[in-house]
Amino acid sequence: MSTQRIIALLKKEFGQLFKDKKLLPLVFVAPVIQLVILGYAASFDIRNISVALCDLDKTAESRELAEKLVTSGYFTIEYATDDYGTIASYLDDNKVQMAVVIPHRFGDMIVGRQPAKIQVLVDGSEGNTAAIGVSYLNQIVGQYSTQILTEVNGGRSFGGINTEVRAWYNPELKSRVYMVPAMLVMILLITTMNLTAMAVVREKEIGTLEQIMVTPIHPWELIIGKLVPFIIIGAIDVSVVLVVMVFWFDIPIVGSLPLLIGLTGFFLLTTMGLGLFVSTISHTQQQAMMVSQFFILQPMMYVSGFAFPIDNMPRLLQGISWLIPMRHFLFIVRSLILKGAGIGDLWLQSVLLLGMGVCVLGASILRFRKKLD
Amino acid sequence: MKRQRPVYRIPKLNVIPIARKEFRQIRRDRRALGLLLLIPAMMLVMFGYALNFDVKHSALGVYDEDNTKTSRDFANLFFNSEYFDHTYQLHDSREMDDLLDDGTVLGVVVVPTDFSENITSGSEAPVQIVVDGANANTATTVLGYINAIIQQYSSNVMAKTFSRLGGQEIQMPIDLRPRIWYNPELRSAKFLVPGLIAFILTIAAVVSTSLAVVREWEMGTVEQIIVSPAKPVELILGKTIPYTIIALISTVTILLAGYVLFDVAIKGSFLWLFIVTFVFLVGSLGLGLLISTVAGTQQVAFMIAVIATMLPTFILSGFVFPIRNMPPIIQAVTYLIPARYFLVALRSIILKGVGPSAFWDQFLLLSAFATLTLAASSIRLRKLLQ
Repeated sequence: MSTQRIIALLKKEFGQLFKDKKLLPLVFVAPVIQLVILGYAASFDIRNISVALCDLDKTAESRELAEKLVTSGYFTIEYATDDYGTIASYLDDNKVQMAVVIPHRFGDMIVGRQPAKIQVLVDGSEGNTAAIGVSYLNQIVGQYSTQILTEVNGGRSFGGINTEVRAWYNPELKSRVYMVPAMLVMILLITTMNLTAMAVVREKEIGTLEQIMVTPIHPWELIIGKLVPFIIIGAIDVSVVLVVMVFWFDIPIVGSLPLLIGLTGFFLLTTMGLGLFVSTISHTQQQAMMVSQFFILQPMMYVSGFAFPIDNMPRLLQGISWLIPMRHFLFIVRSLILKGAGIGDLWLQSVLLLGMGVCVLGASILRFRKKLD
Repeated sequence: MKRQRPVYRIPKLNVIPIARKEFRQIRRDRRALGLLLLIPAMMLVMFGYALNFDVKHSALGVYDEDNTKTSRDFANLFFNSEYFDHTYQLHDSREMDDLLDDGTVLGVVVVPTDFSENITSGSEAPVQIVVDGANANTATTVLGYINAIIQQYSSNVMAKTFSRLGGQEIQMPIDLRPRIWYNPELRSAKFLVPGLIAFILTIAAVVSTSLAVVREWEMGTVEQIIVSPAKPVELILGKTIPYTIIALISTVTILLAGYVLFDVAIKGSFLWLFIVTFVFLVGSLGLGLLISTVAGTQQVAFMIAVIATMLPTFILSGFVFPIRNMPPIIQAVTYLIPARYFLVALRSIILKGVGPSAFWDQFLLLSAFATLTLAASSIRLRKLLQ
């Protein structure tokens, strides 16, 4: 191995990177824009559920209930109608997610101490919103009920249980806190793996790989020359994204930063390895692109726990997810950043990640060398 | 490619030969064709099972500081609950830290020392719930489960107090009966499968075509196209048709897989489903071609395609995250994501079974998107060819 040749190769690779005026902004600016936009968008928090209100009663009691819905912040009354027959069309035409019907004599029944019924229709096609919306509605109506009971009892409470909720690691229960660290992982994966895969196949497709092979360059030198620029790009991307996370989104890193950086290095081993592997099994850039999209990026996105909890998956998929490096890295990143976990909590994931990185990268390098010989 | 331009005056589009050439090229690349046809259905099978917000198999901790008959009865409600796979009995607060830190439990119910005293004396008994808030969505659901159990116990206690004070049988003043339409069991699969269809099709369509033009450029075959009599519009249409047919075939396989495996039947009209899908596909393929004419190299084309489709379609289209809850600026950005319109139409047709009155505006926007991308890519291509 000669350092001189490696340096010459690195110069060539960097020259190629900087010559492509379109690639550089994609590599450095796009991750930040993506993180900011998606950081705000990736939220499961359910607020402002759109409601069509059909108040057939129009008494003080029915108005109080409607007001309680609005002041809770969870519901917005978009339409108010007196025509019970049109209620269904609001749901059918995607105008609202929920319709609340307060029947005739609602107020009378409340005053007369009889159970009053409220009809609620929910659009279940967005299941998650529907489920959470119904539970909010239950809470509000339950509180109103208790209030009425207490009034009946002359202001005396009936006892019962009063719950006080504390959410650890994320006191305001914002999903952004959970999703932004995950976006960091995703962006890192997309940038480093894709670039590695395409860079090598491209030389193959255009035929310049042959030219490199007839030079005295050793396969090892070629591999190092190909990987180092992307390791540097990955490192810059991580730093930029971390800065945005801490200073823009106000999500501090509770755990140790050096440990995070070290473990990110382990993860980069796997992404580079996968990129190189894709390039050895593809003949054209189109193939490389499809393989990395469909066989690597997509499974990683869905089965790693990025957005969907792994615990709910069927056992078989849970088993598969153990083989996905991103699953382990996501666990590391979230525990370290949000909970302040140290190496004592993360050693299993770290060892697995390192093992996978060494295996994948090693195997791809061997395969790549064989192709070159 | 060497055909003479027809002599008659009426402008006739020479689309078929180009489409045929493109088809042959795709067919020769067996691996790519296999990927294009089979992957979408495979993805649906795998991800259909993976995509699930329902919180099951979770564990809970109960820390009973009171340790009296009353508090144990209360704690037993959690041990016997079917919401939680496992409930741990905690003995000190250190244990609570550990179990929450390593994610063994998603929440802990803390019963304070004065619990039984409060219950028997008829005053309000505070109970503390600590949840792992890291994943806010899961935390909300777990809180819902815990609250439901506590609520029931609480109503019983209230009823007892009431009768002791000499009241009759207690009844909650308001009776809430929610009815859930279109997806009564609230299965995540039902609402995620249409989203998955949109997602898979976007990716398949944009990714497969984004390299189509730039590849000819990088390989040098574009010179041959320039000297041929083919017009940019013909080229664009010729390049789109084969991919449209392939993508339509994969749509059918996805729908079949969705029906067989996830029980997601199409309630609405097949004709409208086809029309909407077709328009969406043409638009996405146009977008792919546009990327292909803008990018100078396949590497850049790939990066743009991934950045423009994958995360935005996943996150900004309403597939996973509700658009209504995003900040207004981000909501404005979502109007640029065609999958957003497609998704509304898909959910309306497949889950609700309603007609075009529910999604005509979305359909118009989709058509505009398709026209726009096709026109823009034709113009770009004309510029490139000159």
